[in-house]
Order: sequence, then structure tokens, then C-alpha cells
Amino acid sequence: MSVESFGKLGAAAIASSVRAGDASRSDMIRASFERAREIGAGPDGLNIYLHSDEQASLEEADAIQKRLDSATDVGVLAGVPVAIKDNIASLGLPTTCGSKILAGYVSPFEATAITRLRASGALIVAKTNMDEFAMGSSTENSAYGPTRNPHDVRCVPGGSSGGSAAAVAAGITPIALGSETGGSVRQPAAFCGVVGVKPTYGRVSRYGLVAFASSLDQIGVLGRTVDDAALGLETIAGFDKMDSTSSDVDVPIYRLSALGGLPPDKRGPEGVAMESIRIGRTSVPIPPPPSASTLEGVVIGRPKEYFPDSLDASIRDLCERSLDRFRSMGATIRDISLPRSPLAIPVYYILAPAEASSNLARFDGVRYGLRVDPGKGLKAMYEATRSQGFGPEVTRRVLLGTYVLSAGYYDAYYKKAQAVRTLIGDDFRSVFSSGVNAIFTPTTPTTAFHVGAISDPYEMYLNDIFTVTANLAGVPAMSVPIGRVRRLPVGGQIITAHFDEYTMFRVAYALEASLGAEAHQ
Amino acid sequence: MAVTREDVLHIADLARLGVDGARADALTKELSAILAHMEVLSAVDTASVPPTDGIGAEGTPLRPDERVSPLMERTLESFAPAMRDGFFIVPRLATHEDPAESGA
Repeated sequence: MSVESFGKLGAAAIASSVRAGDASRSDMIRASFERAREIGAGPDGLNIYLHSDEQASLEEADAIQKRLDSATDVGVLAGVPVAIKDNIASLGLPTTCGSKILAGYVSPFEATAITRLRASGALIVAKTNMDEFAMGSSTENSAYGPTRNPHDVRCVPGGSSGGSAAAVAAGITPIALGSETGGSVRQPAAFCGVVGVKPTYGRVSRYGLVAFASSLDQIGVLGRTVDDAALGLETIAGFDKMDSTSSDVDVPIYRLSALGGLPPDKRGPEGVAMESIRIGRTSVPIPPPPSASTLEGVVIGRPKEYFPDSLDASIRDLCERSLDRFRSMGATIRDISLPRSPLAIPVYYILAPAEASSNLARFDGVRYGLRVDPGKGLKAMYEATRSQGFGPEVTRRVLLGTYVLSAGYYDAYYKKAQAVRTLIGDDFRSVFSSGVNAIFTPTTPTTAFHVGAISDPYEMYLNDIFTVTANLAGVPAMSVPIGRVRRLPVGGQIITAHFDEYTMFRVAYALEASLGAEAHQ
Repeated sequence: MAVTREDVLHIADLARLGVDGARADALTKELSAILAHMEVLSAVDTASVPPTDGIGAEGTPLRPDERVSPLMERTLESFAPAMRDGFFIVPRLATHEDPAESGA
């Protein structure tokens, strides 16, 4: 298989080719690593991977090939190379969270999401670069240097899952895992011209995801296409007893390729046939199988707060083009309001640092990771370890979080932000209960910016302005490519109600099919 | 609400982060500038609004209250800085603690 053709294959096509015996797992590993070399993914180039071991990956692929050669069920991701953000615990490769404080750390256990990928036949090839502990919107905060955007190496790939987005955009892997706390999958997906999904809070197990802000964190999927992302999410979603916040909610099939045209009792060879999904004690009907050509009966909300006068006119035009396509496919576009959305950045940058200041207390040099001991007592060891191990943004956020939780400021900041978070969630509940099936917005207010262009911390935080509300409300959201501005990709965001990823993918499939090549022009 | 240099040094102490003088000055400005943007929240009436203290997505179940073994596939020795007889070895509190800190 040529490296060029590999770079254009979707996950389903790779798995199909491996299942049919047209290519081996080793062929796929070799093609992935060759593509990485060709594109210059190393530390002197795009700096996409923090940890990878080609020889070990080839040996693993050979071993699996021999074991499963005669097996009939070898998984929906058979032989698909997948890259993993470096804050998701993996066996075999280190998990450093892009931080010096965890340099060389290899987890003794594996994240449930990775275990499920492996069980479906996927091959884990690398851990990707990221903003340290997922704190950032550009991947410039990595202790191991910034990742560069494959579309323009002068630009950032977005963040914090910038390495995963760049790996997919560069054609190294068709699927990568990232993580979201405030937009860290969708924003880099938009900047890199790929698809990025943040599932409903509780949809995917957080077991093995290094905690940043536990009430917001979710593992997400980056894919070259909507189908890649749907396949990835189907694989990792579902209840996990190892995560007490994991939800016991049915996972329907999201893939158009597995659903299209088939009656409900014959949907897909791998998944569960369902006409309704169970959420708690209630059963919610699933709409008809998605089609790439119709959105009849779907109501899509256009929230005015996400189309401010200050929005880049070219990005606005691309969003309006997408809304026109929805109309032409039969959807109804309704002007809506999410009035508390402008408060989301202040709320997020109180709550997330507060939770982080607690979660990151565990990195103290005692049990694992870096230890710097000046020999002046335990407290001095803590301080030396943490000040040398954490970078500037992590330090800033831990201090911010400690401040808003400290006596005298707790009510004014933390408690207030928790209450306003409730109001932000109420906005979404109100819109979805009024008959709106999906919300469409730009994913980001700008395209990718140059490395080093933003030095003011709050200006960087504003990158999350359109994405952070979905994390605060816990609803699913995804970014899909909708065109380019000055040769750089632009993402459109689709948001749906809790656990309604099905409708989100339905709308995304339709938009992707309607735009075709225009999504990348 | 402006953050003072003393505030920064106090919260750095609480967070067990060593912050030197020049960095403390820079952080004082940075944190004050960030917190200035949070003031907008004070104008929101939340008197009758309950806080979101967990996302609590519908369907989150309780599991049986039974011990679950961690799925460790590597040993503690594989990542701990030092171990003996199954225990982590950590810096000793009694002999390393600064007498001024411990109140001795």
C-alpha cells in the first residue's frame, strides 16, 4: 500500500481491507510511520508525537496477525492505527501529560477507552503532544515544545489536543483520541480541518484519563471524516464500572455506513439494533436512520450570541452557507438565544482551575514522577518538585484555583460560578425542550493563529468562547470542517441534547455530504 | 478584586508551589487581570439558583459497595521512586522537617 493512499483511507476502509486479507496489520503500521516521516512529524518538524515505538508496534501487529489469522470476528477497527493524547493512561508507552513532572512515567494500568479500542482491533501507535495537563488552546504549553499545524507550519494546531488533531490532519492515523475540558478536541479539530467530537458527560469512561477538572473532563474522538469519528465514539462509549460518573445509557450505532437503508432489525453487523434508547428509566425513540441527503423534520437553532458583530465576516459567511445547506436538505432553521453564554468564559476559568488545583495536588514528588529534594524537609521538597515540574500556565491555573477556593473568596467566585453554570445549563435545556433538535455555531472565532502570537492569558482563554458552554452544560458537541479562510480550515459546531449524539452525527453526515470537497476549500 | 503580592505568596504556599520574587510580581498582575474579567458574574442574580456541584448526567448509577481490585498490569515498583517491603519510601517527616515550620 502506498503511503499516499493510506493517508486518504478512512478507518472503516482500513479495517475492511485487513479483514479481507488485502493488507496486513504490519502494512498499516508501516504506512502510518512512513507517513509520519514523510510529513516530518518528529520533534524537529511538526512535533506531533511525544512517544512512539515503531518496532514494538510492528511486533504487536505481527503477534495479533498470527493469533487472529483464522478468526472470523477481528473487530470493527482491525488493523487501524490510532494515536492517543498523552494524558490517557496506556500500557507500553509513557503517559506524561506534556509535563516535565511526569517525564518517563509509564502507567501500570490502561484507560478503558484504550482497552476498548484494542478489543476492537485498533493498534495504538503513539502518544501525542498536548498543552501541559490539557491547559491551553494552542499546544504551545507543552513542556516538549509546540506542535505545528500541518496546513501551515507557522501556525498552532489548536489545543490542548493539538498533537492528536495534527496526526489525523496529516494522514498519519485516521482516528485519534483527545480529551475535552473546555473545547480541547473541537477547537484543534477546527484549526486542523478534521472532525472532533466531545460526547455527553458520562458517555465515555474517564477511567485512565488524568484528571484536570473532573466535572468537565471527557475523552473525545478526532477523525478524518464524520464516519471515522462515529466509529471511534461507538467503540469507546458506554458504561464502565471503573468510572462512577460513567452513565448507564444505551449506545446506538452512529455510523451511516452501518445504518443506511437497513431495517431496524438488521442495523449493522457489530452493534445493537435499536429503535429507542434508554436514558435512566425513560426510553427515547430514535429517529429514522440518517441519510446523507435529507434533514426533513430536523429543527436547527442558530443562537445569536454565537454570531456577534465582531465575528470574522469570512467565518460568518461559511456558517451561513452551512445553514443554507441544512435548509436545502429540508431542515428548519430557527433563530434562538442562549443568553448566558457570554458568561461562560468567566465561569469556566473559575471552576476548571479550582478543580485543577485539587486534582493536581497529587503531583508532589512522593509516589511517582519527578522528585526534586533540596534536603530541607518535606514542604521544601513539595515546593521544589512542583515549581520545577509544572510550567507557567499550570502554575497560573493552580494558583487561580487555590485563590477562588480560599477563605474569603469562595462565595464571590467559586459558589457564584457554580450557580451561573446552572443558568447556562438551563439555557440549553430550554432550547432543546422547545423543539430544537440541534444547534449550529462556528467552532472558533478565528482560524489558527501563528505560534507565539498570543501572550496574554485571557486573550488565549477567549479561544474557547464558543466551545466551553457545551462542557459546562454537559451536552455533546462536535466540530466539522466547513471551508477555509485565507487557506486555513474553519470548523462548524453542532450541539445536541444530553445523550443525543445520534442526531448530532445525523446532521454532521448530512453537512459533510452536502459540502463535499467545499469543506476543505 | 485586585490580587496583592501577599495574596500570591500566600496561595503559593497553600498550593505548595515555590514562587520567587520576580515571578510573584508577574503573577500578581496576571491573576489580577484575569480576575477582573470575572467581575461580570457579580451582576448576575443567583439568589434562587442552586449551584451545579456535579454534572450529574441522568442515568449515572451507583455500583455495589464492594471492593474492586485496581486493574494493575505493572507493579508499583515499576514507577515508584523507591519501595521496600511493599511500601513506598518517602522523605522522612521527623528528621527532614524544618524546625521553624514544625514549631519545634
